[in-house]
Amino acid sequence: MFGRDEKVSAIRLTAAQYIILSVFLVLAYGLWRLQVMQSDYYSLAAEKNRIRNVPILAPRGKIVDREGRPIVDNYPSFSALLLRDSTRDLNADADLIAQGLHLDPNEVRTRIRRFASMPQYQPIFLKEDITPDELAFIDAHRNELPELDTIMAHRRLYPRNGFMAHLIGYVGEVTEDMLNQPQFELYSPGDMVGVSGVERHYNTLLMGKNGFRRALVNSHGREVGRLDETPAEPGKQLKLTIDLDLQIAAEQALEGKNGAIVAMDPRTGEVLAMVSRPTFAPQDFSVRISRNEWNKLVTDPDKPLLNKAIQAQLAPGSTFKIIMATAGWQEGIAQNLHVNCTGGAEFYGRRFGCWVKTGHGSVDLEKAIYQSCDVFFYTLAEKLGIDRIAKYATAFGLGQKTGIDLPNEVSGVMPSEEWKIRNFKQKWFAGETISVGIGQGAVAITPMQLLRAISAISMGGRMVVPHVITPTDMPPGYVEAARYLEVKSVPIDPSGWNYITDAMVKVLQPGGTSPMAAVPGIEIAGKTGSAQIVSLATRAKFKNSDDLAQNGWFVGFTPRRNPDIIVCVLFQGGEHGKLAARLATQVLKAYVDKQRRTPQKMVEKPKSGGKVDMGALWTLPDGDGHEDKLEGGRYVVDLPKKPLVAATAAPGMVPVN
Amino acid sequence: MSRYVSYRDFDWLLLIFVLIICGLGVMEIQSATQHTKFAGAHIKQIYWILAGVGMMFLMSLINYQALLEQIHWFYIAGVGSLMAVLVFGQKYLGARRWIKMPGGNNHFQPSEWVKIILILAVAKYFAEMRQRELSWSDFIKAGAIVGVPMLMVLAQPDLGTALTYVPIAVMGVFLGGMQWKQGLAVGLLATVAVGAVFFTPRVHVLKSYQKQRLTSFLEPDADPQGSGYQVSQSLIAVGSGGLWGGKGSQTHGAFLPVPQTDFIFAAFAEEHGFVGALGVLLLYFIVLMRLTQNAQTAPDRAGTFVVMGVVAVLSFHILVNVGMVVGFMPVTGIPLPLMSYGGSSVLFMFLALGMVMNVRMRRFVN
Repeated sequence: MFGRDEKVSAIRLTAAQYIILSVFLVLAYGLWRLQVMQSDYYSLAAEKNRIRNVPILAPRGKIVDREGRPIVDNYPSFSALLLRDSTRDLNADADLIAQGLHLDPNEVRTRIRRFASMPQYQPIFLKEDITPDELAFIDAHRNELPELDTIMAHRRLYPRNGFMAHLIGYVGEVTEDMLNQPQFELYSPGDMVGVSGVERHYNTLLMGKNGFRRALVNSHGREVGRLDETPAEPGKQLKLTIDLDLQIAAEQALEGKNGAIVAMDPRTGEVLAMVSRPTFAPQDFSVRISRNEWNKLVTDPDKPLLNKAIQAQLAPGSTFKIIMATAGWQEGIAQNLHVNCTGGAEFYGRRFGCWVKTGHGSVDLEKAIYQSCDVFFYTLAEKLGIDRIAKYATAFGLGQKTGIDLPNEVSGVMPSEEWKIRNFKQKWFAGETISVGIGQGAVAITPMQLLRAISAISMGGRMVVPHVITPTDMPPGYVEAARYLEVKSVPIDPSGWNYITDAMVKVLQPGGTSPMAAVPGIEIAGKTGSAQIVSLATRAKFKNSDDLAQNGWFVGFTPRRNPDIIVCVLFQGGEHGKLAARLATQVLKAYVDKQRRTPQKMVEKPKSGGKVDMGALWTLPDGDGHEDKLEGGRYVVDLPKKPLVAATAAPGMVPVN
Repeated sequence: MSRYVSYRDFDWLLLIFVLIICGLGVMEIQSATQHTKFAGAHIKQIYWILAGVGMMFLMSLINYQALLEQIHWFYIAGVGSLMAVLVFGQKYLGARRWIKMPGGNNHFQPSEWVKIILILAVAKYFAEMRQRELSWSDFIKAGAIVGVPMLMVLAQPDLGTALTYVPIAVMGVFLGGMQWKQGLAVGLLATVAVGAVFFTPRVHVLKSYQKQRLTSFLEPDADPQGSGYQVSQSLIAVGSGGLWGGKGSQTHGAFLPVPQTDFIFAAFAEEHGFVGALGVLLLYFIVLMRLTQNAQTAPDRAGTFVVMGVVAVLSFHILVNVGMVVGFMPVTGIPLPLMSYGGSSVLFMFLALGMVMNVRMRRFVN
């Protein structure tokens, strides 16, 4: 026991002092270790802190037509960036940022979270293509929101009114799903990539490579100087095989209608024009599209986002008869087949009607083609059988992807006995063959497939791979392009080829199915088709409502021998092929007209404007005005500065020169 | 009794050293906050220091023995105020720590002045002990005096402040005659408890941010954007200071978080280097040694316990804060006394020093 004034143990007090001393020695060692031993390392780290990587965005490559006329260009715009290497509480500032940039605060926060795993020197893209007032907001809040910055970006400028929208496609921000796919593994969130069309297929060429600038930042996160710069590599310019004049003609032909038009050079497979209707405005996609607009596009029954040229799978109707005729000729059946058409015939116990109820009378192959006699082809189909039909149709590429350089092409269906067993576990009924003979039944193909098949027949069996770029014009190392130069050959008897194409010319002559589509002075070979979407019985039930109207088809090429253009038209709800034929001949006429007025067809094209030396003979009336006097001489003619071409750029584009 | 009390016995030397440290703090606050939205904080800090010095003189006038007589009432009031915080407190950044004062934008943090009450309460408890060696029941009672308010602060939740109560109890039992086996047992128990809390996933005693801070202490690069960011930026700041100090790009580039409060020592070490930082440590050491000296010359056991309680809290703050800055300790949000910006912290330190002066001025009374 001890008293109230008993002192606290002196030893323990001294011990406490030593404990405090040892704590201080440990802390001093900590300082020594950081500030003396590892000083260089941390000085370097501090230096790195002050350096920020600022991206320099690479402009996407332009897209031009075969003559170099611009189709897709870029325009400068500002994007709002969020710098994450400032020490600001980004989530706390999100509300103010969202208000100023007219964004949803939650969207801003979600974006911050999404990019959390990225290195912090990489800024987040908050909003593309900001308006002048949003730009002013960022400028006015340099001190309050130092983490906000702007960057000049090149936005895609697409033609107006959905011109060529399906072929071009559009760009969008790379999605998380895409980032998980191997072909996008080199991209990072925020990158703009092609989402559809050519923009997607040739994305790697068009995209270019972003550069960056290493900048010194001051105490407020503002740039005060730059260390060095890695310049951006702009994307490559992409030259399409599209002829803008022809594309415009095709767009005009299909304006206000549903369907697709494709024009191709049958010798090379170069696609000259491709239109799908209804269309959409790709400009809406180049910045972020609103959910409402997107839903409207996706739920539209006319499917405006679908490129019907390569994604619509429909019965080809009577256009299929050309394939039938070729198959029948090669098998030695069609040229010897004569049928008496009485407006219908009975096969396997069921009556199949001809589209001409009164009948065609005596029909041979030629008349069957230009009059499109159903009974003749029913009979031919019965004699050939489904497997021989399928063999030829498949050889001409029906029911398979054409291999065109556009994404999401569909394959369609060319039925056969084997196909039916594989897909339906059912035997093929011989009666089904009869419908296939006129391009109905289970046959479902795309306009592109039909175009390619008829193109092969028009070229005597030369099968090309359709493509929208010039394979020989691609940057070195782009090996994929080589496959568009590959040509397959399907054997066709030359006499059969002559016979069938001659019969196709008669389609547009008096007595054919579509004489009113004929264009004076241009010899067009073609074939019409009208395909039922539903059976005639169902259609009658719905009182011929427009929704269930037939699809009109037409495939035509010119000239008859060695054609240089072939056009396929799908006119949905177009009732009859002759209406489709009119659209096709508009395009063919535009092509031929252009060929005829383009000087390089006649004389060597002068380098630029300049003068051409010409020799000429002419007559002059003599003195009394009765006798002509022949004179000769040389003339120097001034050539116009610009070639006589209708279009200089796609709608909404500024011409290059 | 009061006629024996004289300001000749006031520890002016201690005050000078304390004010030098405060001055360095004000300088660093000025440097770290210029061109930020906290610019001008050093002026406010000077006001706090002046108010603190005033309170220190006031505190030194009241006889600590008289205070000790009434300590049970203060203790009840202290626990009551902590209860009030839990019920009426302002919620800010996920924790209820402040009571809004009527008039103006002032907030009052009761957990700070509870520290003073605890120092006095522990001193009173051990001063009245009559045996040389601490019994287990005394040991547990002393633990409970500190433990109850500590649990209430933990519930706010404010782990950092709650931890600063621990050294008061530890210093009390150590000087009060703790046996080696008691120290060993408690040390072992504490280790097991901390381990269990941190490593058992089902016990959610630690908030996720607290756990994260601890994880980032163990692995600073695991989450460089979150609390690991603070640790690594602090290390960079201190390290880049070198021997003689540097440009201070970490502090002025706003890379170092809160350089005027919790990380003021990192900011100082960056600008003034190893030499400057060691100088500050030396100043603190002188202050602590001077305090211990005052404890030895205290007129009675209670006085010694009061002064050593202040020593314990101050040492612990320095250990945890500077330890955090040099990467030896996790981020806890404990300020560096006398240097860090903040009214509550400054006022507490000067009140505590007022008690020390109080004890010293009465050393010849008996």
